[in-house]
Amino acid sequence: MDIFTPVLEGFGTVLEPGNLLYCFIGVLVGMLIGVLPGLGPAATMAILLPMTFGIEPVTAIIMLAGIFYGAQYGGTITSVLLRLPGEASSVVTVFDGFQMAKQGRAGAALGVAAIGSFIGGTASILGLTFLAPLIAGFALDFGPPEYAALSLLGVTLVATISSGNKVKALIAASIGVFLAMVGRDVFTGTERFTFDNLSLSDGIDFVTVAMGLFGLGEILYNLEERHKAMATPEKPKRVWPTKGELKQSGPAIGRGSILGFLLGILPGGGATISSLAAYGVEKKVAKDPSRFGKGAIEGVAGPESANNAAATSSFIPLLSLGIPANATMALMFGALLIQGITPGPLLVSEEPELFWGVVNSMYIGNILLLIMAIPLIGVFVKILSVRPAILAPITVLITLIGAYTIKNSVFDVGLVVLFGIIGYLMKKAGFEPGPLVLAFVLAELLESSVRRSLILFEGNLGEVFTRPITVTLLFVFLVVILLPIIQKMLGNAKAKSKSKELVS
Amino acid sequence: MTSISQTDRPAVDKSEDSDAESDIQAVGDDAETPEELLALWEEEAPEPAGGVANLVACVLTLAFGVAGMVLSLNLSLGSLTDPAPGFFPFVISLITTVLSVAQIVLGRRGGDGEKFSRYSVTVVWGVISLLVFVAVLPIIGFEIPALLLSFVWMKWLGGESWRSAILYSALTVIAFYLIFVVALRTQLPHLF
Repeated sequence: MDIFTPVLEGFGTVLEPGNLLYCFIGVLVGMLIGVLPGLGPAATMAILLPMTFGIEPVTAIIMLAGIFYGAQYGGTITSVLLRLPGEASSVVTVFDGFQMAKQGRAGAALGVAAIGSFIGGTASILGLTFLAPLIAGFALDFGPPEYAALSLLGVTLVATISSGNKVKALIAASIGVFLAMVGRDVFTGTERFTFDNLSLSDGIDFVTVAMGLFGLGEILYNLEERHKAMATPEKPKRVWPTKGELKQSGPAIGRGSILGFLLGILPGGGATISSLAAYGVEKKVAKDPSRFGKGAIEGVAGPESANNAAATSSFIPLLSLGIPANATMALMFGALLIQGITPGPLLVSEEPELFWGVVNSMYIGNILLLIMAIPLIGVFVKILSVRPAILAPITVLITLIGAYTIKNSVFDVGLVVLFGIIGYLMKKAGFEPGPLVLAFVLAELLESSVRRSLILFEGNLGEVFTRPITVTLLFVFLVVILLPIIQKMLGNAKAKSKSKELVS
Repeated sequence: MTSISQTDRPAVDKSEDSDAESDIQAVGDDAETPEELLALWEEEAPEPAGGVANLVACVLTLAFGVAGMVLSLNLSLGSLTDPAPGFFPFVISLITTVLSVAQIVLGRRGGDGEKFSRYSVTVVWGVISLLVFVAVLPIIGFEIPALLLSFVWMKWLGGESWRSAILYSALTVIAFYLIFVVALRTQLPHLF
């Protein structure tokens, strides 16, 4: 068990009071921003990224983990209290969660969601603790061709699994790759697409892209949506779930955790699929399925455990292969890179203290979330009753000033605004910003692997067939690209599937 | 601007409020199933942007792809054995171009995205306030532009009353000053 000594040693660092404080702040601000209507975890993390700059890497990661879990839970809070899912993966929570809130059981719903999230998340981290080093060990033999195929697959999977128009998602992804090419070429040092602008010669900063597209774009979009009816949160009568409710939701939490963990490893909408699947399972297992949609606590417990388990297990491909599985992980990837940590197979073996630092901070983030979520429910209800008209400009200023503080550069603030406008227009035109950001993050790996492979193969593309893993990955890539086209040709009506997916 | 200001805002809010109540009622009493809730969301969802929007958007991405190809060609492509800096961006821009053409054809009837509504005007004003903020930040510091931005967002884009807009935007700027200038000592340009 030698490999696990760093795990235990790592806890020592993570548990230092200073680090715990940062984790606490992370969870708190993550929840506070995540609870703002319309801002999902990706937006929340993007807006708060500058907070983690300028502090020690380990501390920064711990804070990031806190923000991550806080932001995840923020979406749950709005689902239950306002019937406003922060992101796709908490849509099903609305079905029973909002009903419970209307019956005055919002506290029970949020409490069970917090407990479920904690158990699901912790189970996933345990799985990650054992699985990630194994996968990383396997990936150590990967050469440039494998990485080229893997990152290509990563980009296309996220683009094609995303909910919107697939071709548009792929267009967005290709533009994301292109934008990442701006700046100095890593191989030759040639400046590309900088138009002799000094500020661009180091390339476009990932943080400005993410803060603009996810953060500001989302805020501008909400500005337009604000006239819509919104439920006013009701003050929950009880904050804690009763013993009976806990007993009832126990098995659901267990099933949700396992389901979430398994589905979360898959790239794409792991968390969304798993929360839908968990809801379906709970409805099937229940003795009286008709209770669902009327405030059945399992309908909150199962999906919430599942989506947090999935959100956590999507760290596995990130930490072991260096491939982010979804938009939130793309943000995590970018944030870790900024801290000088390159997620990938080498991380476990070469920098174990950093790897286990990341993993351990997730344990802590999860525990703090559980401790803080329930007592703070009253605070969230208060925040949600503040008018969005007042909260919106504050969020804007946090984003703009945060962007400035990264490098004390007004140019960066301008870029954030530019990407904010682009993000808004993309949403209006039906382009998902997620694939663009993910592709932007993966672009460097993709380009350097492709170019190295070409040099390795000496231009003979037939060499690919001497590498079985690459061939397999490329085969999956082809299936992912071709399957939707074949399905369309066979005339599978896709329009009806939306509601079916959600409830089946 | 008046179309989104307070003058007709209460009316809008009122009708929306009564809608909201009936919605919640409906969810509680009739719309018990997730299916009905989904139908409700579908109803609330804005109309998809039409074929014209698809054309405009994809022509833009097409132009981006073509420009990318031209710029990459100028950087030289190299060969398959020895790819030059322009090689990879060229391939990527080619993909952008081909996919944009495909989407122009596939999406000619529209179907996704969202139509601009009369509320989209608020976004234009929001963007203008952001641009002003960026333009004057290095010259006169953050306080005045931040105050203006919060005031505009609260009063005209959010329909707050004069009193609360003035009060809350002043408080916001004071809070930011205390956090970013006094406490964190960042190099944020400031007047005072």
